[in-house]
Amino acid sequence: MASVQYREIDDRSGRFHVLLAAFGALILAALGAAWTMEHRGHIVTGMSNRIVWGVPHVFAVFLIVAASGALNVASISSVFGRDFYKPLARLSGLLAFTLLAGGLAVLVLDLGRPDRLVVAMTRYNFKSIFAWNIFLYTGFFAVVALYLWTMLERRMNGYIGRAGMLAFLWRLVLTTGTGSIFGFLVGREPYNSALLAPLFIVMSFSFGLAVFVLVLMSAFRWSGRALGDVVLNRLGNLLGVFVAAVLYFVAVYHLTNLYMTHQHPFERFILVEGGAYTALFWLGQVLLGGLVPLVLLFAGGANRSRGRLVAAAASVIAGGFAQLYVIIIGGQAYPQVMFPGKVVASSFFDGVVAAYTPSLPELALGTGGVALALTLTVVALKVLPFLPRSLADGDVDSAAT
Amino acid sequence: MMRIMIGALLAGFAVAGLAVAADKQPARVVVPLVEIEKAGLCVAPTGEMRRDHMKMLLHQRDLTVHQGLRDPRFSLKNCVDCHASQKTGSVLGKDGFCSGCHSYASVSIDCFDCHSALRQSRVAGVAR
Amino acid sequence: MNSDRRQVLAWGAAVLASAALAPGFRLIELVQARSPEEAASTLQRWGLLIDTTKCEDCDVCVTACHEENGVSGHGRPETDAQWIRKVSLHDKQTGHTQALPVMCQHCEDPPCVDVCPTGASFKRADGIVLVDKHACIGCRYCVMACPFGARSFIHEPVSDQKADVPRGKGTVESCTLCVHRLDRGQTPACVEACNRDGGKAMVFGDLNDGTGELQRRLRSEPSSQIRPDLALNTGVRYQGL
Repeated sequence: MASVQYREIDDRSGRFHVLLAAFGALILAALGAAWTMEHRGHIVTGMSNRIVWGVPHVFAVFLIVAASGALNVASISSVFGRDFYKPLARLSGLLAFTLLAGGLAVLVLDLGRPDRLVVAMTRYNFKSIFAWNIFLYTGFFAVVALYLWTMLERRMNGYIGRAGMLAFLWRLVLTTGTGSIFGFLVGREPYNSALLAPLFIVMSFSFGLAVFVLVLMSAFRWSGRALGDVVLNRLGNLLGVFVAAVLYFVAVYHLTNLYMTHQHPFERFILVEGGAYTALFWLGQVLLGGLVPLVLLFAGGANRSRGRLVAAAASVIAGGFAQLYVIIIGGQAYPQVMFPGKVVASSFFDGVVAAYTPSLPELALGTGGVALALTLTVVALKVLPFLPRSLADGDVDSAAT
Repeated sequence: MMRIMIGALLAGFAVAGLAVAADKQPARVVVPLVEIEKAGLCVAPTGEMRRDHMKMLLHQRDLTVHQGLRDPRFSLKNCVDCHASQKTGSVLGKDGFCSGCHSYASVSIDCFDCHSALRQSRVAGVAR
Repeated sequence: MNSDRRQVLAWGAAVLASAALAPGFRLIELVQARSPEEAASTLQRWGLLIDTTKCEDCDVCVTACHEENGVSGHGRPETDAQWIRKVSLHDKQTGHTQALPVMCQHCEDPPCVDVCPTGASFKRADGIVLVDKHACIGCRYCVMACPFGARSFIHEPVSDQKADVPRGKGTVESCTLCVHRLDRGQTPACVEACNRDGGKAMVFGDLNDGTGELQRRLRSEPSSQIRPDLALNTGVRYQGL
């Protein structure tokens, strides 16, 4: 097999600058939103004392979960020895890094006191999964950077396997930590479950790969490089498997809840009576995030068109946002059950489904995080050799597993 | 040559020393206006307070919040009560005791985002 | 044994005896009062007993708390802080209705303390669960974690704070059991107001004090916690639930 050649993107069409300008505008909007929130307080957002984590957190968690999953392709090659995916490993590592950066930026800028970040990085309560996550997230940057270095520096190629294993294990712990943020909440019916950590792991596989596929296809298309069907078919099949796995975990979660009478009010809320949340669950999470991609990816037979793959990946991403919206915001909207069997009312909105409308500052902040991740990706692709010169069918090792 | 240099150096030190000693003369640089209305009653000597008040505040606040140690001499409320301006009743504002130096030195303080900057006896209707 | 050795032994015994007895002397002191120069200690655990049968329509505790602590609303109930609120219950099966005040339950094993990344949410030695605003980064994880919805996040700039109760935008807060009053020997504002103007439903005291009214009542009458299934051993107990 001829060795793969990697090269930076050179931009002859000016598209690079257009992209940067567009992303830059989004980032500026996000910074403006963050400034307003910091100066005037969270009153400018749609968040309240019942819904304390809103749209920014949906975006942030999506980016963080996708970051972990984006590393999957590299792990498959370095840890599981599938040489076929080796040419994709660099982009995979890069995306893991940049998506996490975008997610963390949103999270930090949404803090009530972002000026106290130094406190957060020097005082730790190690019983808190949040405290562990601070180490896991920052450590992930270091681990991925190390991993990328072993790939980019020829003399370090011998260490790719070990760095890859470290990165793989690290991201499993990281994603477990992210799911456990919710799983460890004892007082809330929608959370408080050991299932949330593995659910987040398979979500990361699915969302991360969907983002990876879209970035790969765009990068190759816009830099005029050849991307063959062999690679795309493999990635599409993989995406389908991950989507199915997410559906499985969601099904187990809800079926188990349905078996417990005391969880019936919550299930009724999500599945039937929750208004926007019910719609997002069935139409967003299950349909767009699960069934539609499966049909697009597998119903057409062996020949899958690129359009179908793009649509499937986009659908997975949309469904992913819907899923996180239902989990994070729907989970808070559902009232905490302090007095089982009673109808509860108070001035603090006990006992009722909390109202929430996403606000412009929140949306701006969240999209700014996405824009930041993509900006870093685009700049890195231009500056360093992350992309193979060609992934045409003739150039990839289709004999490799 | 060496002697001339040493002599110049010593002369320079002498002048500097005189300048330091002569702080009664008007400064050529704008300095913050700090009104100490109740002179001589602070918890520590002025020089020590100027240098170390931040360390004292940081240390004391942990003792108060976490252990409930509320020695009145070291409470922020007590500092404010004493140092608040007679005119405005506050340690903030244009000539406020805290904000005068802090805005001059451009060191932002966020204590009074949460803590009251007002002298208590001036707060209408609340006997403390 | 010569007399020198005997002397040493005698002195040693005396020192040991006083060392053993000294904490006992401290015990008696602390049960009576705590001076401002003394630290809070685990010898005390503050608690509250609320007899909900005496609550009805009254909300004197809410008004008193918010007045004492400078918790003023902006007319925006979804984002305004509430340290204590009256919750009305209507039993679906029996139709029975009642009301009770709910505030921070000052758990022995507080979930809010477990989840706080910086340790800003903490439990003081005498059982009061507090937020160290100096360390709070405003992440609101504790608001997510509290099973009682006791925490509020401050959404707007605060002015006119009470001198004893610092509070500011971007941090989280909740009932402090009026720690500033406790530390000078008074009772929480809600208890004082309830006993003065309300239904006399509240008893405040030291859960560790065998002779106090609180422990006496808890020992002789039935009481319950909210969410006993969580095994948090709350400091606030209710009767009539």
